[in-house]
Amino acid sequence: MVSDFSSRTYLDYAASTPVDPRVLEKMLPYFTDTFGNPSSTHWYGQRSEAAIEAARRQIADVLCIQPEEILFTSGGSESDNLALRGAAWMTRETRGANQILITPVEHPAVAKTARALAAHHGFQLEYAPVDTFGGTTPQDVEPLLRTSTAVVSIIHGNNEIGTINPVAEIAEVCAASSVLLHTDAVQAAAHLPLNLSKIRADLVSLGGHKLHGPKGIGALFVRRGTPLLPILTGGSQEFGLRAGTSNVPLIVGLAEALAITQAELAQTTGKIMAMRNKLVAEVLEAIPDSILTGHPEARLRNHSSFAFKGVNGSELLMLLDGQGFACSSGSACKTGNPEPSETLLALGLAPEWASGSLRVTLGPQTTDAEIQRFLSVLPGVIETARALESQTA
Amino acid sequence: MNARVVVAMSGGVDSSVAAALLKEQGYEVIGMMLRLWTEPGRETANRCCTPEAMALARRVASQLEIPFYVVDAKDAFAEQVVTYFINEYMRGVTPNPCMICNRHIRWEFLLNRALSLGAEFMATGHYACLERDAQGRAHLFRANDQHKDQSYVLHALDPSQLDRALFPIGELTKSEVRQKAAELNLPVAHARESQDLCFLAGTRYEDFLKRNAPNTASPGAILDSYGNLLGQHAGLPFYTIGQRKGLGISSAEPLYVLEKDIASNTLRVGPADDLGCHTLTASEMNWLQPAPVQPFRALVKTRYTAPPRPATVSPDGPNRFIATFDDAVRDITPGQAAVIYLSDEVLGGGIIETQVAPAAARRRVNLLNNR
Repeated sequence: MVSDFSSRTYLDYAASTPVDPRVLEKMLPYFTDTFGNPSSTHWYGQRSEAAIEAARRQIADVLCIQPEEILFTSGGSESDNLALRGAAWMTRETRGANQILITPVEHPAVAKTARALAAHHGFQLEYAPVDTFGGTTPQDVEPLLRTSTAVVSIIHGNNEIGTINPVAEIAEVCAASSVLLHTDAVQAAAHLPLNLSKIRADLVSLGGHKLHGPKGIGALFVRRGTPLLPILTGGSQEFGLRAGTSNVPLIVGLAEALAITQAELAQTTGKIMAMRNKLVAEVLEAIPDSILTGHPEARLRNHSSFAFKGVNGSELLMLLDGQGFACSSGSACKTGNPEPSETLLALGLAPEWASGSLRVTLGPQTTDAEIQRFLSVLPGVIETARALESQTA
Repeated sequence: MNARVVVAMSGGVDSSVAAALLKEQGYEVIGMMLRLWTEPGRETANRCCTPEAMALARRVASQLEIPFYVVDAKDAFAEQVVTYFINEYMRGVTPNPCMICNRHIRWEFLLNRALSLGAEFMATGHYACLERDAQGRAHLFRANDQHKDQSYVLHALDPSQLDRALFPIGELTKSEVRQKAAELNLPVAHARESQDLCFLAGTRYEDFLKRNAPNTASPGAILDSYGNLLGQHAGLPFYTIGQRKGLGISSAEPLYVLEKDIASNTLRVGPADDLGCHTLTASEMNWLQPAPVQPFRALVKTRYTAPPRPATVSPDGPNRFIATFDDAVRDITPGQAAVIYLSDEVLGGGIIETQVAPAAARRRVNLLNNR
């Protein structure tokens, strides 16, 4: 039976999340009342500036760092771009380093930026190996570090397959070789305690809308003394490292969302993880030729990702949407021109598996009943998707 | 809960208005768009699925507040339609790829996906009319707008496919469709509609064949009906029955392509008088209605752009028929469909196998043989 489109279930929290009402409430005055340009000399400007600096302090307190180590950006992708381009350019300028080291399972904001630096800016790009779960270790990274390494970028919690990398330990080996480490923690910050006095990375990307904050806002942690050139030049906002009038309401929203999320991790993790574990176990049990992608334990608490043999990921998402379930797939493409996911191919999956990926990510609003309904629908949907795919072949 | 309908959208005004009408009628409407095959490197020029067309279809869907999905049919299209297109030219006949696309891609590949999504019907922006009789059987009729009628290409549907079909704009004229789009403020392309094959991506089919099937065409003789050598042709696929221009031969009276003989790789030409044929045979018959056994009077349409012409149709078993026209028809082309109408209703159709040489040409051949 077809379910009504009006009864929809959202299981794509790794793609985006609704803004927490507490966050929204805190943002609202900064659209209309406290609207001054924070760079202005007058009282209006000073009130806006005060809000930004309060947000910076709020984030610094949560992450155990100094306020001036936080730069506000337009989102995770810009943070990744600023970290890689800014550090690579500056490190080459100061000491002639010209190599960039990443893993083959980075978010496109890192992977494509690194490739652009190689293609257009004369850097050499190297890849650290990953295991079949998409994870990398200090032992993998250490032998690849050289004095010519400008910046290393290794994702903290993988967006597509959920695997968590030991970035604290990787940061230690990078520090020992005096090489800069960037990590994209856009997903991780929503699901893991993030104490940057313990994780000694030099550059850490954060984004607002994965943790119930607004879209269009992110931050980059830049450890004091890290060489960085701006990529957006103009006004002297953000310590001269990111030009453009500060987006006051969104900055306020990001800080509040990060603070709430990190404060509530302990009380929400048990329930989300239990539902996630049940989901993973029952999917693998009920559906033949199915595997979990990414690490079975060292993975983001809300994250499940699968590969199904002989399934077209885009069609799977369409069929699930038709049943009222919103999920995502690394290989899906809204323009109907799908390619097997690069991340899944890097894990060594054959193309007939890598084309049929499914990511189901839970949130605090997810209920047991929703998971139960999803589990009752998915096996039939996979069967249908396989039938369609075999008719095509 | 209302019945779910998938609309095959193209970004064009016809399918956009089709979706809007169904939504007004209270259906739960879902938009789907096919991504079809194009030669590597020419993807953005396939007029059926350019990025602009996709963006338009997506805008229409978002304006109508209906879900919209793009479905990848590249491989199926290459296997079913492009292979057929090349093979038909190789066997010396003129293919009708839009008909094959309708049968196998739109009404099989896409319909399967629509049904899998829980749809009861699939709708398109075709100009054709459907009626369902007391037994629930679908009957296909010509569109009210005779100039836009597309029932010819739809004759190839299986009756079970037709049962799932809706043609929401079949009752309207093109100008009424445009007016409806304007009323609803639907974004529609202003570019002129092209009749070219989508996968040629703006290139000529001759060049496409040279690139993709270089062995299909080799030069050969151009003969008249008396066997006189008049010149050389560039390859049989590059000519169609009834063609006059581009033969590269000079003669006192205009000469037309009469026949393409694959076995001898010769092109037979002759004067306009020799062009007409009274009779055709057709195979691969697809009956939308129960097949008659006895000969019957009907209208037969031999090309997408030809008018239906009066003829006597004699079924020859369930899969073949012979049509004898009241008046000679000039451009009967093997490989094209011959579609049988009873008044405005499509009874079915088949693929033209042979056109029987007209009396005048037969006489000359006989003279030649008796000399």
